[in-house]
Amino acid sequence: MLDLSSLTDDMNDQPNENKLRILPVSQAGDAAQGHDHHEHDDHEEAQVEREHRLDLAAVREKLREKSGKQYWRTLEELADDPHFEDLLHREFPRHASEWDDAVDRRDFLKLMGASLALAGMAGCGRPDIDHIVPYVKQPDGLILGRPNFYATAMPFGAATVGVLVESHEGRPTKIEGNPDHPSSLGATSALVQASILNLYDPDRSQTVQQAGEIRSWSAFLDAAHDLATNVKATNGAGFGILSGATTSPTLTAQIQNLLKLYPEAKWYQWEPAAGDGAREGAMLAFGRNVNTVYEVSKANVIVSLDSDFLASGPGHIAYAKQFSRRRRLNGPSDTMNRLYVVEPTPSVTGSSADHRLPLRSSDVELFARALAGKLGIGSGATLSGEAANWVDIVAKDLQNERGASLVVAGEYQPAAVHALAHAINAALGNVGKTLYYTEPIAGDAGNLDAIRNLCVEMDHGKVDLLLILGGNPVYNAPHDFDFVNKLKRVSTAIHLSPYFDETSAYCQWHVAESHFLETWSDARAHDGTASIVQPLISPLYYTRSAHDLIAAFSDKPGMPAYDAVRAYWTDASSHLPSSIDVGWRKWLNDGVIPGTKAAPINAELKFNASSLPAVQSAPADQIEFIFRPDPNVYDGRFANNGWLQELPRPVTKLTWDNAALISPKLAQQRDFAHKVQSRGGEHGQVRVPLVDIELNQSKVTAAVWTLPGQAENTVVLPLGYGRMRAGYTGTDKGFNAYVVRTSNALWAATGGKMTATGDSYPLACTQYHFNMEGRQILSNATLSEYQKNPNFAHEHDETPPKEDSLYKAFAYPGYAWGMAIDLTKCNGCNACVVACQSENNIPVVGKDQVMRGREMHWIRIDRYYTHTESATSGKTTGDPSEYNPTLDNPPTFFQPVPCQQCENAPCEQVCPVGATVHSAEGLNDMVYNRCIGTRYCSNNCPYKVRRFNFLRFQDWDTPQLKLMRNPEVTVRSRGVMEKCTYCVQRINNVRIDAEKQNRTIRDGEIVTACESACPSEAIVFGNANDPNSQVAKLKAQQRNYSILGELNSRPRTTYLAAVRNPNPELEKA
Amino acid sequence: MSVTQPPLNSPDIRRLDPVLEPGHTYASVTDKIAAVVLTRPLGIGWLAGFTLTFTIVMVLFISIAWLVIKGVGIWGINIPIGWGFAIVNFVWWIGIGHAGTLISAILFLLNQKWRTSINRFAEAMTLFAVACAGLFPLIHTGRPWMAYYMFPYPSTMGIWPQFRSPLIWDVFAVSTYGTVSLLFWFVGLLPDLATLRDRAKSRYQQVIYGILSMGWRNSARHWHRYQSAYLLLAGLATPLVLSVHTVVSFDFAVAIVPGWHTTIFPPYFVAGAIYSGFAMVLTLAIPLRKAYGLEDFITMRHLDNMAKVMLATGLIVAYGYFIEFFMAFYSGNKFDVFLAEQRLHGPYSHFYYALILCNILTPQLLWFEKVRRNVLALFLMSLVINTGMWLERFVIVVISLTRDFMPSAWGRYSPTFWDYSTFIGTLGLFVMLIFLFVRGLPAIAIAEMRELVHESHEKGQK
Amino acid sequence: MAQIFHRSANLIARFSVLALVVLANLALAGVLVVARSPYITNERVSRVQPVQFSHKHHVGDDGIDCRYCHNSVETSAYAGIPPTKTCMNCHSVLFNNAPYLEPVRESYRSDQSIEWVKVHRLADYVYFNHSIHINKGIGCSTCHGSVDEMPLIFQASPLNMQWCLDCHRDPAKNVRPKDQVFNMEWKAPANQEEIGKKLVAEYKIRTVNELTSCSTCHR
Repeated sequence: MLDLSSLTDDMNDQPNENKLRILPVSQAGDAAQGHDHHEHDDHEEAQVEREHRLDLAAVREKLREKSGKQYWRTLEELADDPHFEDLLHREFPRHASEWDDAVDRRDFLKLMGASLALAGMAGCGRPDIDHIVPYVKQPDGLILGRPNFYATAMPFGAATVGVLVESHEGRPTKIEGNPDHPSSLGATSALVQASILNLYDPDRSQTVQQAGEIRSWSAFLDAAHDLATNVKATNGAGFGILSGATTSPTLTAQIQNLLKLYPEAKWYQWEPAAGDGAREGAMLAFGRNVNTVYEVSKANVIVSLDSDFLASGPGHIAYAKQFSRRRRLNGPSDTMNRLYVVEPTPSVTGSSADHRLPLRSSDVELFARALAGKLGIGSGATLSGEAANWVDIVAKDLQNERGASLVVAGEYQPAAVHALAHAINAALGNVGKTLYYTEPIAGDAGNLDAIRNLCVEMDHGKVDLLLILGGNPVYNAPHDFDFVNKLKRVSTAIHLSPYFDETSAYCQWHVAESHFLETWSDARAHDGTASIVQPLISPLYYTRSAHDLIAAFSDKPGMPAYDAVRAYWTDASSHLPSSIDVGWRKWLNDGVIPGTKAAPINAELKFNASSLPAVQSAPADQIEFIFRPDPNVYDGRFANNGWLQELPRPVTKLTWDNAALISPKLAQQRDFAHKVQSRGGEHGQVRVPLVDIELNQSKVTAAVWTLPGQAENTVVLPLGYGRMRAGYTGTDKGFNAYVVRTSNALWAATGGKMTATGDSYPLACTQYHFNMEGRQILSNATLSEYQKNPNFAHEHDETPPKEDSLYKAFAYPGYAWGMAIDLTKCNGCNACVVACQSENNIPVVGKDQVMRGREMHWIRIDRYYTHTESATSGKTTGDPSEYNPTLDNPPTFFQPVPCQQCENAPCEQVCPVGATVHSAEGLNDMVYNRCIGTRYCSNNCPYKVRRFNFLRFQDWDTPQLKLMRNPEVTVRSRGVMEKCTYCVQRINNVRIDAEKQNRTIRDGEIVTACESACPSEAIVFGNANDPNSQVAKLKAQQRNYSILGELNSRPRTTYLAAVRNPNPELEKA
Repeated sequence: MSVTQPPLNSPDIRRLDPVLEPGHTYASVTDKIAAVVLTRPLGIGWLAGFTLTFTIVMVLFISIAWLVIKGVGIWGINIPIGWGFAIVNFVWWIGIGHAGTLISAILFLLNQKWRTSINRFAEAMTLFAVACAGLFPLIHTGRPWMAYYMFPYPSTMGIWPQFRSPLIWDVFAVSTYGTVSLLFWFVGLLPDLATLRDRAKSRYQQVIYGILSMGWRNSARHWHRYQSAYLLLAGLATPLVLSVHTVVSFDFAVAIVPGWHTTIFPPYFVAGAIYSGFAMVLTLAIPLRKAYGLEDFITMRHLDNMAKVMLATGLIVAYGYFIEFFMAFYSGNKFDVFLAEQRLHGPYSHFYYALILCNILTPQLLWFEKVRRNVLALFLMSLVINTGMWLERFVIVVISLTRDFMPSAWGRYSPTFWDYSTFIGTLGLFVMLIFLFVRGLPAIAIAEMRELVHESHEKGQK
Repeated sequence: MAQIFHRSANLIARFSVLALVVLANLALAGVLVVARSPYITNERVSRVQPVQFSHKHHVGDDGIDCRYCHNSVETSAYAGIPPTKTCMNCHSVLFNNAPYLEPVRESYRSDQSIEWVKVHRLADYVYFNHSIHINKGIGCSTCHGSVDEMPLIFQASPLNMQWCLDCHRDPAKNVRPKDQVFNMEWKAPANQEEIGKKLVAEYKIRTVNELTSCSTCHR
């Protein structure tokens, strides 16, 4: 194992340096101290880089004298060191086989501020003598054992999410949403939560490399200088910059500035998973590019034309919040908004819609035209079957809600659909009410054209120097462009990337990219609001940011990102309410820069719907293949993230693989059957057929998965898999859909063939059985039913009286912690699952173990299809591969299931050693160090929420992962049971603070990890004993029920029955 | 001197086979039995058998070592099926461990003479079965090295085990049963050990048997105390026979899992235990009497009686199965009803049908005397029943867990190589111990056989 | 036939039966005793430290308040081990060239931490919080003993769970007035029981039921 301590030194050894760069947010207290730092900061920042080097040298010097394993001392030595190699392909997660019970959770507190002990201890287990290694000079504002929170923002293509990051002694450990940030409103998504794992990913690229040789940054600067002088000679001709979409004003300014220096140079932007439809649609509608911002909360009726606006795209977290706030029910008298979704394949948005119409991607435009026609825009179009009936009713519904309705066009739909959506919104007078337009946030470079032009240029050998800022074009550029071979014609390609990936392999230079928690930058939210991205920790490795790379070719080589950001905002702040010198600290503290929100513009419609060319809808009998980014690994950039790989996809519940999604009917025609394997079974392993997909003169072999609700004859090919150089976790998983994706059909393609190979493939699916078997598990009704019978949730409730128990009931004089989960709001987006994993040090177990039914998530999200019993063929088996008409478009519901914290807990009564016991506040305490692992409690748990460490799942060896863990939670080893504890560490910390102030805990003071992450505000935690607490009020509602109440287990986690608001007319139709 | 055979004219003797074939004197009995231990050379069969089983025991050790190194994850268990082969085997072995003490204690108190020639190795079998059984609760835990938490001792943690848990009751039930069975068996051995000591030729045999026989001198006082001690232990052991499996059944009955949560379990588990116990006694007795020519001592009478006992307990078990179904539908509890359907139609239904075949249908043949008196048929049937009883535990433990309350959490179970190797390993251990036993100790109670000789003589004089 | 055993064998046999029982019990008792002995608990064991730091001198003689060095004891779970800087506050002037303080100066010069040897080691799965105990009237000396008389610090209490629970099951016997918390001389008065009860009520110390819930210390 490579000892990374010497790399982590520069963080540990001089904490004051990284503290220098960050400021505590108000709730972490003490802005004043932040100020001092900051003063310090301004004039010393410039030297930091230099000091940095000196320090590393010094540290290595010290390391030399120390005992304990050491592998290298200088970069050169590192270069030809075998251990460096195995670091590059480090195994993760590692299931070491030694039996090891010493749960050494606080290694890092013991080693706080010192690397040397780590150097000595990294190899060996728990020593019989511990050392305390205090700081030499303890940084101000740091209280050992109390985390600080810092505001920053996560840039993600054209989207940005403001976050608050929890830091323990300089180690970022957990990401929370930033309530002040318009794209977050305090919530996060699964991707944001998981992004912290990327920081500590042992497979990250760690140095600058030239043709596989390790180089120092200064060596690179020299090389850059020469290259720069060469292109300067040609005025920049042959100088290309390829980046992804960026919302960073500083980076944009830096690049613009570079383009001024080299007038002939060109800037290309390519985002494989971003559509051009929105931009072109805007051009079509307004003759110019605009950015559309929705005010979802103001819309009573929303129509989504294949848009997954609740779970992807800029601002989706905020939209989900606004959407769910309009679905908050305090009683039968309350009203709800209504959502219609037209889409080819079930998305999170579609699954939580009131009405969902499966339509093939190419028919969505037809539908849009028809809808527009009904509203007097253009010539309309004729639809067949259900859709025809739909259009009339939807149109009527929209008419009734003029100015309070909203039509959202999907990112992957063509320009026409977007243009029509603009037209409809305009016609309904929604503009300025439920949506408004601003100047583009992420620039308006044409996505596909850019990459096309670049390829042409490269092909003609016109590109000598290419800077690739992030991104992985060799892997994800359109197949027909044959990017690799064209790249080979570029004399010098420089690739900035967090991993040494497919593209790096073809570039002369590779520069390891810093994580957003390691570098200074800035980014703009979906409404234009800008945030400063501030580092929580100085780079773990020799990594750089895009700012550094651009600077290297600018007139200020070696200019630190910090200076670049400062410089930009010094100018920009002249238009802002507060100048940078006044505002800077507050900006950092709040995580947003006031006055940067983009002003609404009025874009007047220059669009004649009738002028649209005739729709070329694919022939109905042909299969339509559509490409979508994978919900978890997105375009492939998260492929090496174990949390996301193991996270069940919201609708399919698949993990570790992507699969070609097909409709039940198609499966029946082709007779593609699933086979549940008895290892793992419905809760683990399903064997599915493999097919060859021939498309656009290319071929890929994929596993097929039958997905209820999928449009007939539509096959979804999720992007982001089949990586060749992703790292240990992501390489060779699933199939690579980019291989059959060409520029003429980026999002939907026809004319392909799908033929069974005759082979089969095992998929890891965590929930295969979708049928509730008529049990009291997920109660749901329509709004009208709810109004008629507010008590519907208790219709078949057989909960016995509390007294019916052999054991005497507990008394809860103090707090009684409880949770209420509103199923009306939950849309199954998975944010809570990853938040829980991050907060509670939950291990990743790998595909094989998931297939054995051993995944470790403390909170899972169950997905049920209702109305599936009433099928013509009678009861369904709960197996999607057995065709049943009701599976063509079944109502879908999601139910998050954490530990139910029963008051009569079946688990407690059977544990022989009292390792799970009832606390005075009603928690089922799980005492890991007492557990001997009989698993009796899990057998007796009716909700099956307990998780067992069958093997040594936790990675004890990788030093980076030790840095990541939450020191407030025991790291469980092999052989013990574990489960949700309502984040008892958070409860205890808040309670202790409250008791020190001799007061009771305020409602909402304790926020569990899942609750704080939830964009839909579906999860509420609090003291059920306090009638005024939010949770108590929710539990008092008639909709409130507990799963399987008849068992008299008295869960503390209760559910508010799901209520949907379908259109009565469409209901009876 | 020649032996005069007593005329067998009393009607009751003509109807029933004797529990001891005629023509035996004290000496002949003693010779025949002691010879197996002392004089008879190690046959090739014994050596082969022992070597084989010993190898299997090594497999068991490897399996356990690997288990400790890697963790219980090497088995097929998962969530929701937290208990797999380990617990199935545990219950199965404990069940088998019932016959011995039942035969020695209860039949002794009921003064059933025919028990005499089978009780000794039945008891041995009991001990070995309990040993195999006891292994599983220990190794099935995630952290076996922490298993001592289950014992109530004044710990520095200032806390005690959780006495509401049936697993704790198990700890007491099984250990008590094991201890008492051991004592009972040893006390019973004393006179015979003395006999061996006195007949032993080699010095070390004399010493070993000497120590074991604890200075038994065959004096009337010894016999007097021996009798009362034996009677006392018999009385003590009797309730245990019933309690152990009752407690084991609580492991399931007390839980809420549909298919476990049933009041019929205690009686039906005990019946099942005796059922499988007798089956195992037959499985051992038949080859044994053949190999060592003990047909005179283990007569058709014994086999016939044991067959009858199996038939009776088999019917009780059948009743248990029926009641499970009846209660499911009678109570209308939707989970129980669903489980019942699952047993018949679910993914594991074939196991259930196999179980019915082995445990209910096949034994019905025992109604026919022909079958009861056909040694081969009995032997095969005993094997079938043992399999059946193992299947019963599999159906109860595993199938109930595969589909309980939350359909979203349903799963399935398939054993791994290590599940099998551990199970087969214990079978090896069991048989190996039996092999050692028959060569090291008198497989039949010599002293008690002498009494039989005495009695049959008296009968003769009448 | 010759006797196999000498007649004394009878006695030996009887005795060995007895011995078996006695030894078994002794062995068990032995284990329980050792588990509570300093051999396991490390009670009263002082360690060799890089610097021969004397609490007796600093606390007893100089009367420096605990919080001068352990300054997060009232606010955080960790009392805090002072950074080298804290030592140098005084020792840049006092004994500023005493040879035995060289490691401290060296650390300050080289910006290299002093590696103290840990004396009070709680198991890693115990989440002890200093601040709440201090704030509820549990004095330093209650657990750490009279530090002011320790030339080299050692662990004054067994620090095993039994010991923790003794107090959590009856806090009254140890609670003292808040102003006495840092007083090393404080001794429980004769009427501690009633005073304790009063203070428990006054400081709103949680019920025994709550104090002994597992999650109070284990997570």
